Amino acid sequence: MKTNSRLYRKEAYYGYLFILPPVLGFLIFALFPALYSVYGSFTDWDGLGQMNFIGLDNFKDIFQDELFYKAMYNTLFMMIGIPIGLALALLLALGLNRRIPGTTAFRVIYYIPVISSLAAISIMWNLAYNGDFGLVNQFLDLLGIKGPNWLADKHTVKPAIMLMMIWKGLGYTMLLYLAALQSVPKDYYEAAELDGANAFHRLRHITWPMVKPVTFFVVVTGIIGGSQVFTEVNIMTSTGGPEYGSATVVFYVWQKAFGNLQMGYASAMTVILGLFIFIVTLVQFRLDKSSDIHE
Amino acid sequence: MALQRKWASAIIFVILLFGGLFMIAPLLWMFTTSVKDRMDVFALPPVWIPNPMHFGKYAEIWDKGPLLSGIKNSFIVAMTVTLVGTFTSSMAAFAFSKLRFPGKNKIFLLLIASLMIPYPSVMIPQFILFSQAGWVDTLLPLIVPGLFGNIVMIFFLRQYLASVPNALIEAAKIDGSSYAGIYSRIVFPLIRPAIAAQLILWFMAIWNDYLAPIIYLNSPEKQTLQLVIANYNATYAIQTDYPLIMAASVVALLPMLIVFLVFQKQIIESVAISGVKG
Repeated sequence: MKTNSRLYRKEAYYGYLFILPPVLGFLIFALFPALYSVYGSFTDWDGLGQMNFIGLDNFKDIFQDELFYKAMYNTLFMMIGIPIGLALALLLALGLNRRIPGTTAFRVIYYIPVISSLAAISIMWNLAYNGDFGLVNQFLDLLGIKGPNWLADKHTVKPAIMLMMIWKGLGYTMLLYLAALQSVPKDYYEAAELDGANAFHRLRHITWPMVKPVTFFVVVTGIIGGSQVFTEVNIMTSTGGPEYGSATVVFYVWQKAFGNLQMGYASAMTVILGLFIFIVTLVQFRLDKSSDIHE
Repeated sequence: MALQRKWASAIIFVILLFGGLFMIAPLLWMFTTSVKDRMDVFALPPVWIPNPMHFGKYAEIWDKGPLLSGIKNSFIVAMTVTLVGTFTSSMAAFAFSKLRFPGKNKIFLLLIASLMIPYPSVMIPQFILFSQAGWVDTLLPLIVPGLFGNIVMIFFLRQYLASVPNALIEAAKIDGSSYAGIYSRIVFPLIRPAIAAQLILWFMAIWNDYLAPIIYLNSPEKQTLQLVIANYNATYAIQTDYPLIMAASVVALLPMLIVFLVFQKQIIESVAISGVKG
Protein backbone atom coordinates (compact mmCIF):
# COMPACT_ATOMS: atom_id res chain seq x y z
CA MET A 1 0.00 0.00 0.00
CA LYS A 2 2.79 2.33 0.95
CA THR A 3 4.73 1.73 -2.25
CA ASN A 4 1.55 2.03 -4.25
CA SER A 5 0.84 5.51 -2.99
CA ARG A 6 4.46 6.49 -3.51
CA LEU A 7 4.24 5.28 -7.09
CA TYR A 8 1.05 7.20 -7.49
CA ARG A 9 2.64 10.37 -6.10
CA LYS A 10 5.55 9.95 -8.47
CA GLU A 11 3.15 9.60 -11.40
CA ALA A 12 1.25 12.73 -10.33
CA TYR A 13 4.53 14.59 -9.96
CA TYR A 14 5.57 13.77 -13.50
CA GLY A 15 2.08 14.48 -14.76
CA TYR A 16 2.20 18.00 -13.40
CA LEU A 17 5.76 18.44 -14.60
CA PHE A 18 4.83 17.50 -18.17
CA ILE A 19 1.82 19.79 -18.35
CA LEU A 20 3.63 22.66 -16.66
CA PRO A 21 4.83 24.43 -19.84
CA PRO A 22 1.40 24.77 -21.53
CA VAL A 23 -0.22 25.70 -18.21
CA LEU A 24 2.40 28.39 -17.64
CA GLY A 25 2.00 29.55 -21.22
CA PHE A 26 -1.75 29.76 -20.68
CA LEU A 27 -1.32 31.83 -17.50
CA ILE A 28 1.32 34.20 -18.87
CA PHE A 29 0.24 34.66 -22.47
CA ALA A 30 -3.53 34.14 -22.37
CA LEU A 31 -5.18 34.49 -18.97
CA PHE A 32 -3.08 37.35 -17.59
CA PRO A 33 -3.24 39.48 -20.78
CA ALA A 34 -6.96 38.77 -21.20
CA LEU A 35 -7.69 39.96 -17.66
CA TYR A 36 -5.35 42.89 -18.09
CA SER A 37 -7.23 43.82 -21.26
CA VAL A 38 -10.47 43.91 -19.29
CA TYR A 39 -8.82 46.09 -16.65
CA GLY A 40 -7.29 48.34 -19.30
CA SER A 41 -10.66 48.81 -20.96
CA PHE A 42 -11.79 50.82 -17.92
CA THR A 43 -8.79 53.18 -18.11
CA ASP A 44 -7.37 55.89 -20.34
CA TRP A 45 -4.28 53.73 -20.92
CA ASP A 46 -1.94 55.03 -23.61
CA GLY A 47 0.74 52.41 -23.21
CA LEU A 48 3.25 54.94 -21.86
CA GLY A 49 1.99 56.97 -18.89
CA GLN A 50 -0.06 55.84 -15.95
CA MET A 51 -3.49 54.27 -16.31
CA ASN A 52 -6.33 56.31 -14.85
CA PHE A 53 -9.59 54.60 -14.07
CA ILE A 54 -12.36 56.20 -16.12
CA GLY A 55 -15.19 53.73 -15.57
CA LEU A 56 -17.30 52.93 -18.59
CA ASP A 57 -16.23 55.98 -20.60
CA ASN A 58 -14.47 53.92 -23.27
CA PHE A 59 -17.54 51.77 -23.81
CA LYS A 60 -19.81 54.82 -23.95
CA ASP A 61 -17.53 56.37 -26.55
CA ILE A 62 -17.35 53.18 -28.57
CA PHE A 63 -21.12 52.96 -28.84
CA GLN A 64 -21.13 56.49 -30.27
CA ASP A 65 -18.16 55.84 -32.53
CA GLU A 66 -19.28 55.78 -36.12
CA LEU A 67 -16.07 54.09 -37.26
CA PHE A 68 -16.59 51.28 -34.77
CA TYR A 69 -20.07 50.62 -36.15
CA LYS A 70 -18.66 50.66 -39.65
CA ALA A 71 -15.92 48.22 -38.73
CA MET A 72 -18.45 45.97 -36.99
CA TYR A 73 -20.78 46.11 -39.99
CA ASN A 74 -17.93 45.33 -42.40
CA THR A 75 -16.80 42.40 -40.28
CA LEU A 76 -20.31 40.93 -40.13
CA PHE A 77 -20.87 41.61 -43.85
CA MET A 78 -17.80 39.59 -44.80
CA MET A 79 -19.11 36.68 -42.73
CA ILE A 80 -21.83 36.20 -45.36
CA GLY A 81 -19.05 34.30 -47.07
CA ILE A 82 -19.25 31.53 -44.46
CA PRO A 83 -22.59 30.00 -45.59
CA ILE A 84 -21.67 30.54 -49.25
CA GLY A 85 -18.39 28.73 -48.74
CA LEU A 86 -20.15 25.95 -46.84
CA ALA A 87 -22.64 25.34 -49.65
CA LEU A 88 -19.97 25.36 -52.36
CA ALA A 89 -17.68 23.11 -50.35
CA LEU A 90 -20.45 20.59 -49.69
CA LEU A 91 -21.39 20.47 -53.39
CA LEU A 92 -17.76 19.95 -54.40
CA ALA A 93 -17.31 17.26 -51.75
CA LEU A 94 -20.46 15.49 -52.96
CA GLY A 95 -19.00 15.50 -56.45
CA LEU A 96 -15.62 14.22 -55.33
CA ASN A 97 -17.26 11.49 -53.28
CA ARG A 98 -18.53 9.75 -56.44
CA ARG A 99 -15.28 7.98 -57.26
CA ILE A 100 -14.36 10.49 -59.94
CA PRO A 101 -11.02 10.03 -61.70
CA GLY A 102 -8.30 12.29 -60.30
CA THR A 103 -9.79 12.73 -56.83
CA THR A 104 -6.36 13.13 -55.26
CA ALA A 105 -5.34 15.75 -57.80
CA PHE A 106 -8.55 17.69 -57.22
CA ARG A 107 -8.06 17.60 -53.46
CA VAL A 108 -4.53 18.94 -53.82
CA ILE A 109 -5.52 21.69 -56.28
CA TYR A 110 -8.43 22.90 -54.17
CA TYR A 111 -6.22 22.85 -51.10
CA ILE A 112 -3.34 24.92 -52.49
CA PRO A 113 -4.94 28.31 -51.67
CA VAL A 114 -5.44 27.10 -48.08
CA ILE A 115 -1.74 26.57 -47.46
CA SER A 116 -0.64 29.63 -49.40
CA SER A 117 0.66 32.61 -47.50
CA LEU A 118 -2.21 34.98 -46.81
CA ALA A 119 0.04 37.99 -47.35
CA ALA A 120 1.17 36.75 -50.78
CA ILE A 121 -2.39 35.85 -51.73
CA SER A 122 -3.64 39.27 -50.65
CA ILE A 123 -0.94 40.97 -52.71
CA MET A 124 -1.91 38.88 -55.73
CA TRP A 125 -5.65 39.59 -55.37
CA ASN A 126 -4.90 43.23 -54.76
CA LEU A 127 -3.54 43.36 -58.30
CA ALA A 128 -6.13 40.93 -59.66
CA TYR A 129 -8.89 43.32 -58.55
CA ASN A 130 -7.27 46.28 -60.30
CA GLY A 131 -9.92 47.95 -62.46
CA ASP A 132 -7.78 48.41 -65.59
CA PHE A 133 -5.41 45.48 -65.85
CA GLY A 134 -6.46 43.05 -63.11
CA LEU A 135 -7.19 39.40 -63.78
CA VAL A 136 -10.80 39.64 -62.62
CA ASN A 137 -11.77 42.37 -65.07
CA GLN A 138 -9.70 40.84 -67.87
CA PHE A 139 -11.70 37.67 -67.37
CA LEU A 140 -15.01 39.56 -67.21
CA ASP A 141 -14.00 41.34 -70.42
CA LEU A 142 -13.91 37.98 -72.18
CA LEU A 143 -17.56 37.58 -71.19
CA GLY A 144 -18.31 41.11 -72.36
CA ILE A 145 -18.78 42.54 -68.87
CA LYS A 146 -17.12 45.77 -67.79
CA GLY A 147 -16.00 45.24 -64.19
CA PRO A 148 -15.62 48.01 -61.62
CA ASN A 149 -12.44 49.06 -59.85
CA TRP A 150 -13.22 46.56 -57.12
CA LEU A 151 -11.17 47.74 -54.16
CA ALA A 152 -11.67 51.45 -54.80
CA ASP A 153 -15.46 51.31 -54.86
CA LYS A 154 -17.25 51.27 -51.52
CA HIS A 155 -19.96 48.97 -52.90
CA THR A 156 -17.64 46.30 -54.24
CA VAL A 157 -14.73 46.33 -51.79
CA LYS A 158 -16.41 44.10 -49.21
CA PRO A 159 -17.77 41.51 -51.66
CA ALA A 160 -14.36 41.47 -53.35
CA ILE A 161 -12.51 40.66 -50.13
CA MET A 162 -15.21 38.19 -49.15
CA LEU A 163 -14.88 36.40 -52.49
CA MET A 164 -11.16 36.08 -51.96
CA MET A 165 -11.73 34.64 -48.50
CA ILE A 166 -14.16 32.05 -49.90
CA TRP A 167 -11.61 31.15 -52.57
CA LYS A 168 -8.90 30.71 -49.95
CA GLY A 169 -10.94 28.65 -47.49
CA LEU A 170 -12.95 26.48 -49.88
CA GLY A 171 -10.48 23.61 -50.06
CA TYR A 172 -10.34 23.28 -46.29
CA THR A 173 -14.09 23.02 -45.81
CA MET A 174 -14.38 20.71 -48.80
CA LEU A 175 -11.78 18.39 -47.33
CA LEU A 176 -13.62 18.21 -44.00
CA TYR A 177 -16.91 17.48 -45.76
CA LEU A 178 -15.32 14.86 -47.97
CA ALA A 179 -13.91 13.05 -44.94
CA ALA A 180 -17.33 13.14 -43.28
CA LEU A 181 -19.06 11.89 -46.42
CA GLN A 182 -16.65 9.00 -46.74
CA SER A 183 -17.57 7.86 -43.25
CA VAL A 184 -21.30 7.62 -44.09
CA PRO A 185 -22.14 3.90 -44.43
CA LYS A 186 -23.08 3.06 -48.02
CA ASP A 187 -26.04 0.90 -47.00
CA TYR A 188 -27.86 3.97 -45.68
CA TYR A 189 -28.16 5.20 -49.24
CA GLU A 190 -28.99 1.78 -50.62
CA ALA A 191 -31.75 1.32 -48.07
CA ALA A 192 -33.13 4.77 -48.82
CA GLU A 193 -33.06 4.07 -52.55
CA LEU A 194 -35.02 0.86 -52.04
CA ASP A 195 -37.56 2.89 -50.10
CA GLY A 196 -37.87 5.16 -53.13
CA ALA A 197 -36.07 8.23 -51.79
CA ASN A 198 -34.87 10.53 -54.56
CA ALA A 199 -31.53 12.32 -54.66
CA PHE A 200 -32.88 15.38 -52.85
CA HIS A 201 -34.42 13.25 -50.08
CA ARG A 202 -31.17 11.39 -49.61
CA LEU A 203 -29.29 14.68 -49.33
CA ARG A 204 -31.83 16.15 -46.93
CA HIS A 205 -32.34 13.13 -44.66
CA ILE A 206 -29.07 11.20 -44.78
CA THR A 207 -26.17 13.33 -45.99
CA TRP A 208 -27.03 16.60 -44.26
CA PRO A 209 -27.57 15.06 -40.78
CA MET A 210 -24.44 12.93 -41.18
CA VAL A 211 -22.20 15.89 -42.02
CA LYS A 212 -23.78 18.15 -39.40
CA PRO A 213 -20.80 17.96 -37.00
CA VAL A 214 -18.58 19.33 -39.78
CA THR A 215 -21.04 22.10 -40.57
CA PHE A 216 -21.13 22.99 -36.90
CA PHE A 217 -17.36 22.94 -36.62
CA VAL A 218 -16.86 25.10 -39.72
CA VAL A 219 -19.51 27.63 -38.69
CA VAL A 220 -18.04 28.05 -35.20
CA THR A 221 -14.43 28.29 -36.35
CA GLY A 222 -15.55 30.42 -39.30
CA ILE A 223 -17.17 32.97 -37.03
CA ILE A 224 -14.21 32.99 -34.65
CA GLY A 225 -11.81 33.44 -37.56
CA GLY A 226 -14.10 35.80 -39.43
CA SER A 227 -14.30 38.18 -36.50
CA GLN A 228 -10.51 38.48 -36.54
CA VAL A 229 -9.89 39.32 -40.19
CA PHE A 230 -6.91 41.62 -40.51
CA THR A 231 -4.20 40.69 -43.00
CA GLU A 232 -6.33 40.91 -46.16
CA VAL A 233 -7.63 44.33 -45.19
CA ASN A 234 -4.25 45.63 -44.12
CA ILE A 235 -2.61 44.64 -47.41
CA MET A 236 -5.40 45.24 -49.92
CA THR A 237 -6.77 48.46 -48.44
CA SER A 238 -4.08 49.90 -46.20
CA THR A 239 -6.24 52.81 -45.02
CA GLY A 240 -9.36 50.78 -44.39
CA GLY A 241 -10.84 51.12 -47.85
CA PRO A 242 -13.05 53.71 -49.55
CA GLU A 243 -15.10 55.46 -46.82
CA TYR A 244 -13.64 52.95 -44.38
CA GLY A 245 -15.68 50.39 -46.29
CA SER A 246 -13.41 47.40 -45.70
CA ALA A 247 -11.97 48.07 -42.23
CA THR A 248 -12.68 45.23 -39.84
CA VAL A 249 -12.89 45.41 -36.06
CA VAL A 250 -9.37 44.04 -35.61
CA PHE A 251 -8.07 46.47 -38.21
CA TYR A 252 -9.64 49.34 -36.26
CA VAL A 253 -8.29 47.97 -32.96
CA TRP A 254 -4.83 47.76 -34.50
CA GLN A 255 -5.02 51.35 -35.76
CA LYS A 256 -6.23 52.65 -32.40
CA ALA A 257 -3.81 50.66 -30.26
CA PHE A 258 -0.61 50.88 -32.28
CA GLY A 259 -1.29 53.91 -34.46
CA ASN A 260 -2.96 56.29 -32.00
CA LEU A 261 -1.70 54.61 -28.81
CA GLN A 262 -5.25 54.58 -27.45
CA MET A 263 -4.62 51.28 -25.67
CA GLY A 264 -7.51 51.63 -23.23
CA TYR A 265 -10.00 52.37 -25.98
CA ALA A 266 -8.65 49.56 -28.15
CA SER A 267 -8.74 47.17 -25.18
CA ALA A 268 -12.40 47.99 -24.67
CA MET A 269 -13.03 47.05 -28.29
CA THR A 270 -11.21 43.74 -27.87
CA VAL A 271 -13.33 43.04 -24.79
CA ILE A 272 -16.43 43.54 -26.91
CA LEU A 273 -14.92 41.34 -29.61
CA GLY A 274 -14.12 38.62 -27.08
CA LEU A 275 -17.63 38.77 -25.62
CA PHE A 276 -19.10 38.60 -29.11
CA ILE A 277 -17.10 35.45 -29.91
CA PHE A 278 -17.99 33.91 -26.56
CA ILE A 279 -21.73 34.55 -27.01
CA VAL A 280 -21.81 33.35 -30.61
CA THR A 281 -20.00 30.15 -29.67
CA LEU A 282 -22.33 29.59 -26.72
CA VAL A 283 -25.43 30.12 -28.89
CA GLN A 284 -24.05 27.71 -31.46
CA PHE A 285 -23.52 25.05 -28.83
CA ARG A 286 -27.04 25.61 -27.54
CA LEU A 287 -28.49 25.34 -31.03
CA ASP A 288 -26.59 22.16 -31.56
CA LYS A 289 -27.13 20.19 -28.39
CA SER A 290 -26.86 16.89 -30.19
CA SER A 291 -23.37 17.84 -31.32
CA ASP A 292 -20.58 15.49 -30.41
CA ILE A 293 -17.93 18.17 -30.67
CA HIS A 294 -16.54 17.20 -27.28
CA GLU A 295 -14.04 14.38 -27.50
CA MET B 1 -29.35 3.52 -64.97
CA ALA B 2 -25.65 2.77 -65.24
CA LEU B 3 -25.41 4.95 -68.32
CA GLN B 4 -27.17 7.76 -66.52
CA ARG B 5 -24.68 7.47 -63.68
CA LYS B 6 -21.80 7.66 -66.11
CA TRP B 7 -23.18 10.83 -67.65
CA ALA B 8 -23.72 12.37 -64.22
CA SER B 9 -20.15 11.53 -63.28
CA ALA B 10 -18.85 13.05 -66.50
CA ILE B 11 -20.75 16.28 -65.88
CA ILE B 12 -19.51 16.43 -62.30
CA PHE B 13 -15.97 15.83 -63.52
CA VAL B 14 -16.24 18.79 -65.88
CA ILE B 15 -17.67 21.00 -63.11
CA LEU B 16 -14.84 20.01 -60.78
CA LEU B 17 -12.37 20.70 -63.56
CA PHE B 18 -13.74 24.21 -64.05
CA GLY B 19 -13.76 24.74 -60.28
CA GLY B 20 -10.15 23.61 -60.13
CA LEU B 21 -9.30 26.06 -62.88
CA PHE B 22 -10.82 28.88 -60.85
CA MET B 23 -8.75 27.81 -57.85
CA ILE B 24 -5.47 27.60 -59.70
CA ALA B 25 -5.82 30.34 -62.33
CA PRO B 26 -5.10 33.28 -60.00
CA LEU B 27 -1.91 31.60 -58.84
CA LEU B 28 -0.82 30.88 -62.40
CA TRP B 29 -1.58 34.49 -63.31
CA MET B 30 0.55 35.55 -60.35
CA PHE B 31 3.42 33.59 -61.83
CA THR B 32 2.94 34.73 -65.44
CA THR B 33 2.76 38.34 -64.24
CA SER B 34 6.08 37.87 -62.47
CA VAL B 35 7.75 36.89 -65.75
CA LYS B 36 6.10 39.61 -67.81
CA ASP B 37 7.84 42.59 -69.24
CA ARG B 38 6.76 45.60 -67.17
CA MET B 39 4.68 47.04 -70.02
CA ASP B 40 3.01 43.69 -70.76
CA VAL B 41 1.16 43.99 -67.45
CA PHE B 42 -0.87 46.87 -68.87
CA ALA B 43 -1.22 45.53 -72.41
CA LEU B 44 -4.61 45.46 -74.10
CA PRO B 45 -5.73 42.90 -75.05
CA PRO B 46 -4.12 41.23 -72.05
CA VAL B 47 -1.00 39.13 -72.48
CA TRP B 48 -1.84 35.81 -70.82
CA ILE B 49 1.43 34.02 -71.36
CA PRO B 50 4.35 36.33 -72.06
CA ASN B 51 6.67 35.35 -74.84
CA PRO B 52 9.54 35.36 -74.10
CA MET B 53 9.34 34.98 -70.34
CA HIS B 54 11.53 37.34 -68.37
CA PHE B 55 12.97 35.70 -65.29
CA GLY B 56 15.08 38.76 -64.50
CA LYS B 57 12.82 39.85 -61.63
CA TYR B 58 13.69 36.69 -59.74
CA ALA B 59 17.29 37.88 -59.66
CA GLU B 60 16.41 41.49 -59.00
CA ILE B 61 14.18 40.95 -55.93
CA TRP B 62 17.10 40.02 -53.69
CA ASP B 63 18.68 43.46 -54.06
CA LYS B 64 15.46 45.45 -53.82
CA GLY B 65 14.81 44.77 -50.16
CA PRO B 66 15.59 42.48 -47.23
CA LEU B 67 14.03 39.41 -48.81
CA LEU B 68 16.81 37.05 -47.81
CA SER B 69 16.84 38.19 -44.18
CA GLY B 70 13.04 37.91 -44.24
CA ILE B 71 13.31 34.26 -45.21
CA LYS B 72 15.98 33.75 -42.57
CA ASN B 73 13.88 35.39 -39.83
CA SER B 74 10.74 33.47 -40.73
CA PHE B 75 12.75 30.29 -40.71
CA ILE B 76 14.31 31.00 -37.31
CA VAL B 77 10.93 31.74 -35.76
CA ALA B 78 9.06 28.81 -37.29
CA MET B 79 11.87 26.32 -36.69
CA THR B 80 12.53 27.22 -33.05
CA VAL B 81 8.88 27.35 -32.13
CA THR B 82 7.87 24.11 -33.81
CA LEU B 83 10.84 22.07 -32.59
CA VAL B 84 10.66 23.14 -28.95
CA GLY B 85 6.89 23.63 -28.92
CA THR B 86 6.24 20.19 -30.39
CA PHE B 87 8.37 18.66 -27.67
CA THR B 88 6.51 20.45 -24.85
CA SER B 89 3.13 19.81 -26.51
CA SER B 90 3.69 16.10 -26.96
CA MET B 91 4.91 15.68 -23.37
CA ALA B 92 1.78 17.43 -22.15
CA ALA B 93 -0.44 15.34 -24.42
CA PHE B 94 1.21 12.21 -23.01
CA ALA B 95 0.51 13.37 -19.44
CA PHE B 96 -3.09 14.33 -20.22
CA SER B 97 -3.74 11.03 -21.93
CA LYS B 98 -1.81 8.42 -19.97
CA LEU B 99 -0.81 9.68 -16.52
CA ARG B 100 -3.10 9.91 -13.50
CA PHE B 101 -3.07 13.01 -11.35
CA PRO B 102 -5.76 15.03 -9.59
CA GLY B 103 -7.48 17.79 -11.56
CA LYS B 104 -6.22 16.50 -14.90
CA ASN B 105 -9.46 16.81 -16.85
CA LYS B 106 -10.36 20.18 -15.36
CA ILE B 107 -6.98 21.62 -16.35
CA PHE B 108 -7.35 20.18 -19.82
CA LEU B 109 -10.78 21.72 -20.28
CA LEU B 110 -9.44 25.05 -19.06
CA LEU B 111 -6.73 24.95 -21.71
CA ILE B 112 -9.25 24.05 -24.41
CA ALA B 113 -11.55 26.86 -23.27
CA SER B 114 -8.67 29.31 -23.67
CA LEU B 115 -8.78 28.64 -27.42
CA MET B 116 -11.85 30.85 -27.42
CA ILE B 117 -9.78 33.88 -26.39
CA PRO B 118 -9.01 35.65 -29.66
CA TYR B 119 -5.46 36.86 -30.23
CA PRO B 120 -6.56 40.51 -30.58
CA SER B 121 -7.91 40.34 -27.01
CA VAL B 122 -4.48 39.57 -25.60
CA MET B 123 -2.21 41.32 -28.06
CA ILE B 124 -2.19 44.74 -26.40
CA PRO B 125 -1.15 43.60 -22.88
CA GLN B 126 1.27 41.14 -24.50
CA PHE B 127 2.81 44.01 -26.41
CA ILE B 128 3.28 46.04 -23.22
CA LEU B 129 4.71 42.98 -21.48
CA PHE B 130 7.25 42.37 -24.21
CA SER B 131 8.10 46.04 -24.62
CA GLN B 132 8.90 46.19 -20.91
CA ALA B 133 11.19 43.23 -21.43
CA GLY B 134 12.87 45.24 -24.19
CA TRP B 135 11.87 42.69 -26.82
CA VAL B 136 10.15 44.96 -29.33
CA ASP B 137 11.82 44.77 -32.73
CA THR B 138 13.30 41.37 -31.93
CA LEU B 139 12.03 37.93 -32.89
CA LEU B 140 11.55 36.92 -29.25
CA PRO B 141 7.87 37.94 -28.89
CA LEU B 142 7.12 35.68 -31.85
CA ILE B 143 9.17 32.79 -30.49
CA VAL B 144 8.76 32.68 -26.72
CA PRO B 145 4.97 32.11 -26.37
CA GLY B 146 5.13 29.17 -28.77
CA LEU B 147 7.84 27.40 -26.77
CA PHE B 148 5.30 26.65 -24.05
CA GLY B 149 3.33 24.47 -26.42
CA ASN B 150 0.33 24.61 -28.67
CA ILE B 151 -3.06 23.69 -27.26
CA VAL B 152 -4.50 22.57 -30.60
CA MET B 153 -1.57 20.20 -31.00
CA ILE B 154 -1.99 18.89 -27.45
CA PHE B 155 -5.65 18.27 -28.21
CA PHE B 156 -4.99 16.23 -31.35
CA LEU B 157 -2.05 14.29 -29.95
CA ARG B 158 -4.15 13.41 -26.89
CA GLN B 159 -6.85 12.10 -29.25
CA TYR B 160 -4.26 10.11 -31.11
CA LEU B 161 -2.80 8.71 -27.91
CA ALA B 162 -6.20 7.34 -26.94
CA SER B 163 -5.56 4.54 -29.43
CA VAL B 164 -2.31 3.56 -27.69
CA PRO B 165 -3.17 0.76 -25.22
CA ASN B 166 -2.71 1.69 -21.56
CA ALA B 167 -1.34 -1.80 -20.91
CA LEU B 168 1.74 -0.85 -22.89
CA ILE B 169 2.45 2.04 -20.54
CA GLU B 170 1.65 -0.01 -17.43
CA ALA B 171 4.00 -2.77 -18.51
CA ALA B 172 6.82 -0.28 -18.96
CA LYS B 173 6.11 1.15 -15.52
CA ILE B 174 6.36 -2.29 -13.96
CA ASP B 175 9.62 -2.83 -15.77
CA GLY B 176 10.87 0.22 -13.92
CA SER B 177 11.07 2.64 -16.83
CA SER B 178 11.16 6.30 -15.91
CA TYR B 179 8.41 8.54 -17.27
CA ALA B 180 10.84 10.32 -19.54
CA GLY B 181 11.92 6.88 -20.75
CA ILE B 182 8.34 5.78 -21.41
CA TYR B 183 7.77 8.94 -23.38
CA SER B 184 10.90 8.70 -25.49
CA ARG B 185 10.99 4.92 -26.04
CA ILE B 186 7.29 4.04 -26.32
CA VAL B 187 5.01 7.04 -26.75
CA PHE B 188 7.07 9.19 -29.08
CA PRO B 189 7.78 6.47 -31.68
CA LEU B 190 4.10 5.49 -31.69
CA ILE B 191 2.73 8.97 -32.30
CA ARG B 192 5.49 10.14 -34.61
CA PRO B 193 3.27 10.30 -37.73
CA ALA B 194 0.70 12.44 -35.91
CA ILE B 195 3.43 14.65 -34.51
CA ALA B 196 4.96 15.13 -37.95
CA ALA B 197 1.67 16.20 -39.51
CA GLN B 198 0.85 18.57 -36.67
CA LEU B 199 4.35 20.02 -36.79
CA ILE B 200 4.06 20.76 -40.49
CA LEU B 201 0.67 22.44 -40.04
CA TRP B 202 2.00 24.55 -37.20
CA PHE B 203 5.14 25.46 -39.15
CA MET B 204 2.96 26.68 -42.01
CA ALA B 205 0.78 28.73 -39.67
CA ILE B 206 3.81 30.49 -38.19
CA TRP B 207 5.45 30.98 -41.57
CA ASN B 208 2.29 32.67 -42.85
CA ASP B 209 1.56 34.73 -39.72
CA TYR B 210 1.18 38.44 -40.25
CA LEU B 211 -0.55 40.22 -37.33
CA ALA B 212 1.99 39.42 -34.60
CA PRO B 213 5.01 40.29 -36.79
CA ILE B 214 3.49 43.60 -37.91
CA ILE B 215 2.98 44.62 -34.27
CA TYR B 216 6.49 43.84 -33.09
CA LEU B 217 8.90 44.26 -35.97
CA ASN B 218 9.88 47.70 -37.30
CA SER B 219 13.41 47.52 -38.71
CA PRO B 220 13.45 46.12 -42.24
CA GLU B 221 16.20 43.62 -41.46
CA LYS B 222 14.25 42.25 -38.49
CA GLN B 223 11.04 41.62 -40.40
CA THR B 224 9.67 38.22 -41.31
CA LEU B 225 9.11 37.27 -44.92
CA GLN B 226 5.40 38.12 -44.98
CA LEU B 227 6.07 41.67 -43.80
CA VAL B 228 8.88 42.07 -46.29
CA ILE B 229 6.69 41.19 -49.26
CA ALA B 230 3.89 43.42 -47.94
CA ASN B 231 6.41 46.26 -47.94
CA TYR B 232 7.49 45.37 -51.48
CA ASN B 233 3.83 45.63 -52.42
CA ALA B 234 3.51 49.07 -50.83
CA THR B 235 6.81 50.41 -52.17
CA TYR B 236 6.95 49.13 -55.73
CA ALA B 237 3.26 49.58 -56.53
CA ILE B 238 3.97 53.30 -56.70
CA GLN B 239 6.55 52.57 -59.41
CA THR B 240 4.05 50.13 -60.95
CA ASP B 241 6.72 47.45 -60.93
CA TYR B 242 4.17 44.67 -60.62
CA PRO B 243 6.35 41.86 -62.01
CA LEU B 244 8.80 42.55 -59.20
CA ILE B 245 6.05 42.45 -56.55
CA MET B 246 4.63 39.22 -57.95
CA ALA B 247 8.08 37.61 -58.15
CA ALA B 248 8.72 38.39 -54.48
CA SER B 249 5.28 37.04 -53.56
CA VAL B 250 5.85 33.85 -55.53
CA VAL B 251 9.11 33.37 -53.65
CA ALA B 252 7.28 33.88 -50.35
CA LEU B 253 4.65 31.36 -51.31
CA LEU B 254 6.90 28.71 -52.81
CA PRO B 255 8.49 27.09 -49.71
CA MET B 256 5.15 26.13 -48.16
CA LEU B 257 3.81 25.04 -51.53
CA ILE B 258 6.72 22.64 -51.90
CA VAL B 259 6.31 21.36 -48.35
CA PHE B 260 2.63 20.83 -49.07
CA LEU B 261 3.18 19.00 -52.36
CA VAL B 262 5.78 16.73 -50.74
CA PHE B 263 3.69 15.91 -47.68
CA GLN B 264 0.24 16.38 -49.20
CA LYS B 265 -0.93 12.90 -48.25
CA GLN B 266 -0.06 13.29 -44.56
CA ILE B 267 -1.30 16.88 -44.38
CA ILE B 268 -4.62 16.17 -46.06
CA GLU B 269 -5.17 13.06 -43.95
CA SER B 270 -4.46 14.79 -40.68
CA VAL B 271 -6.69 17.76 -41.57
CA ALA B 272 -9.48 15.43 -42.64
CA ILE B 273 -9.22 13.52 -39.36
CA SER B 274 -9.34 16.75 -37.40
CA GLY B 275 -12.75 17.53 -38.84
CA VAL B 276 -14.26 14.12 -38.21
CA LYS B 277 -13.00 13.98 -34.67
CA GLY B 278 -13.11 17.72 -34.05
